Amino acid sequence: MAAATVEVTHGAGPTEAEAFGALDVVLDPELDEPITDLGFVRSLRVDDGEVTVHLRLPTSFCSPNFAYLMASDSKDVLTSLDGVVRVHVELDDHHDSEIINRGLAADAGYKGTFLHEAEHDLEELRATFRRKAHTAAMERCLTALLRADADLPEADLGTVRLGDLPATAHTEALLRRREAVGLPTTDDAIVMVDHEGRGYTADEVPMALRRARSTRISIDGNAHFCRGLLATRYPGADGDQTARADGAEPSDPTFIPLATLKEHRP
Amino acid sequence: MYSKDGENYFIVDAHVALWDARPENQRNIHGKQFIDCFYDYHRNLSPESEVWSYEDYLYQGGERLMKDLFTDGYVDHAIFQPAYLSEFYKTGFGQSEEAFALTQANPDKLTYNHNFDPRNGEQGLEQLHADAEKYGLKGVKLYTAEWHGESRGWKLDDPWAIRYFEACRELGITNIHVHKGPTIRPLDRDAFDVADVDHVASDFTDLNFVVEHCGLPRLEDFCWIATQEPNVHAGLAVAMPFIHTRPRYFAQIMGELMYWLGEDRIQFSSDYAIWTPRWLVERFVDFQIPEDLNEYAPLTVEAKKKVLGLNAAKMYDIPVPAELRLPDADETATGPRQPEAADLASV
Repeated sequence: MAAATVEVTHGAGPTEAEAFGALDVVLDPELDEPITDLGFVRSLRVDDGEVTVHLRLPTSFCSPNFAYLMASDSKDVLTSLDGVVRVHVELDDHHDSEIINRGLAADAGYKGTFLHEAEHDLEELRATFRRKAHTAAMERCLTALLRADADLPEADLGTVRLGDLPATAHTEALLRRREAVGLPTTDDAIVMVDHEGRGYTADEVPMALRRARSTRISIDGNAHFCRGLLATRYPGADGDQTARADGAEPSDPTFIPLATLKEHRP
Repeated sequence: MYSKDGENYFIVDAHVALWDARPENQRNIHGKQFIDCFYDYHRNLSPESEVWSYEDYLYQGGERLMKDLFTDGYVDHAIFQPAYLSEFYKTGFGQSEEAFALTQANPDKLTYNHNFDPRNGEQGLEQLHADAEKYGLKGVKLYTAEWHGESRGWKLDDPWAIRYFEACRELGITNIHVHKGPTIRPLDRDAFDVADVDHVASDFTDLNFVVEHCGLPRLEDFCWIATQEPNVHAGLAVAMPFIHTRPRYFAQIMGELMYWLGEDRIQFSSDYAIWTPRWLVERFVDFQIPEDLNEYAPLTVEAKKKVLGLNAAKMYDIPVPAELRLPDADETATGPRQPEAADLASV
């Protein structure tokens, strides 16, 4: 983001770059990516420890529950920074901007924001998408093994352990997702498990892999579509986005043909 | 009909609209936000040569629709799937009377589906009976994220919705097109979740449930329930244009649908006027799954013919010239086709 690349401090509190960097931990749960990578942070300003952030989304009709989660997580993260005295988070141009911004300003919480439309909380929603993120990360690692070794029987994937995976970004990503859902990250842990750690018999592996694959395709597809829509809606927003290699197309700068992956395997 | 390389394709566009989103019909800011969202979809996913002006996009009218679909677009038959959106537009978004009049003037080319909202209770049920008679309904388009007073969404397995499906069964409305949207009550859960489709598809095995956008953005949830329910079908609205901007993603969507549902339960649509059918039909006939995505079998000419028209024609009893018909394929490896075998695949 342009505003954050300059080290500016207006009085006390974090610099704008520090405040922007702090937002790296706020994820779009559905896309499993930081809002800072997605270009969702429209502007950020720090004045004497008072932080003002504007968020933007790919459409006015993005799900309001996810929109609220990202906005309220942003407020929580910024409020916890040293020297911050006040935080204003505003979601721009959304059908629920008024409702969400009012709720955030009043620290009304999820139920206080959405009133009769909220029943309990959004924890199950978060959990659902943390599980999907894990499933997709697992599939990327396992499919990479299959692509690298044409002789590897699919049914054998059920016995692969974390220690068997090559040291790649996909493996690191899997370890982070496992931690997020509470699965072990030791070398002897089985890779192909559901969110409760349950593995699969050789018979079950092919179907479970197919299901995991559809989850990965879905997340990758949505992530690229949302990026594109944001840039269509806010010209120039693509300059604020970090390129995503997973699910890239030949027209994307991050595209690597699968055949190349195979040939270059150490 | 579209012909290429000696093959003839009967084209059914299973999801089209005649909408009016002009400022004078917008009830509030949400009317503008809604059409702007559609326009961004259109601009983002269309080839440059196919992008319309914003002005053209707000309203097309019947004459332009007929030209875009039938004169230029190779379409043999199209099915109106109107979204009501009365909270956003004064006379609604989809123009029922205009679309129905066009259907009456071109009965061999157009089918009119209407919509209902189970939150209208008894009164809505009466209306559904009246609409079924007036329009001669074979199908309905349901948008679960429709706003309605204090409520901004409903589920297909809500008690009142069940009563409406019972009425559909009585009235011979057999084709239920389901479109999931971003809001639902309560907001605690994922609004795009398709678990409710699973419930009603199990309970109403004599109705067809066509899930529009093939469940996108929840392709994975959709494929899984469709595998278990032989009366669940995939509509390709919004999925089709990825063929241009994101062909590998489109290949994977098609590959997944072919694997989980098979070639007999996928229906082409342009989602007119979000996109126009001409370029989508041309591209789809030319399309092939990239060789390096070898987890998927190549798309056959037969499968393309079924997707582009034969599947929807069969569901809607649209006459297809004898020489263009094809037999059903075998069951997919993943799931049953017969209603009595449904749900065996669930874990």
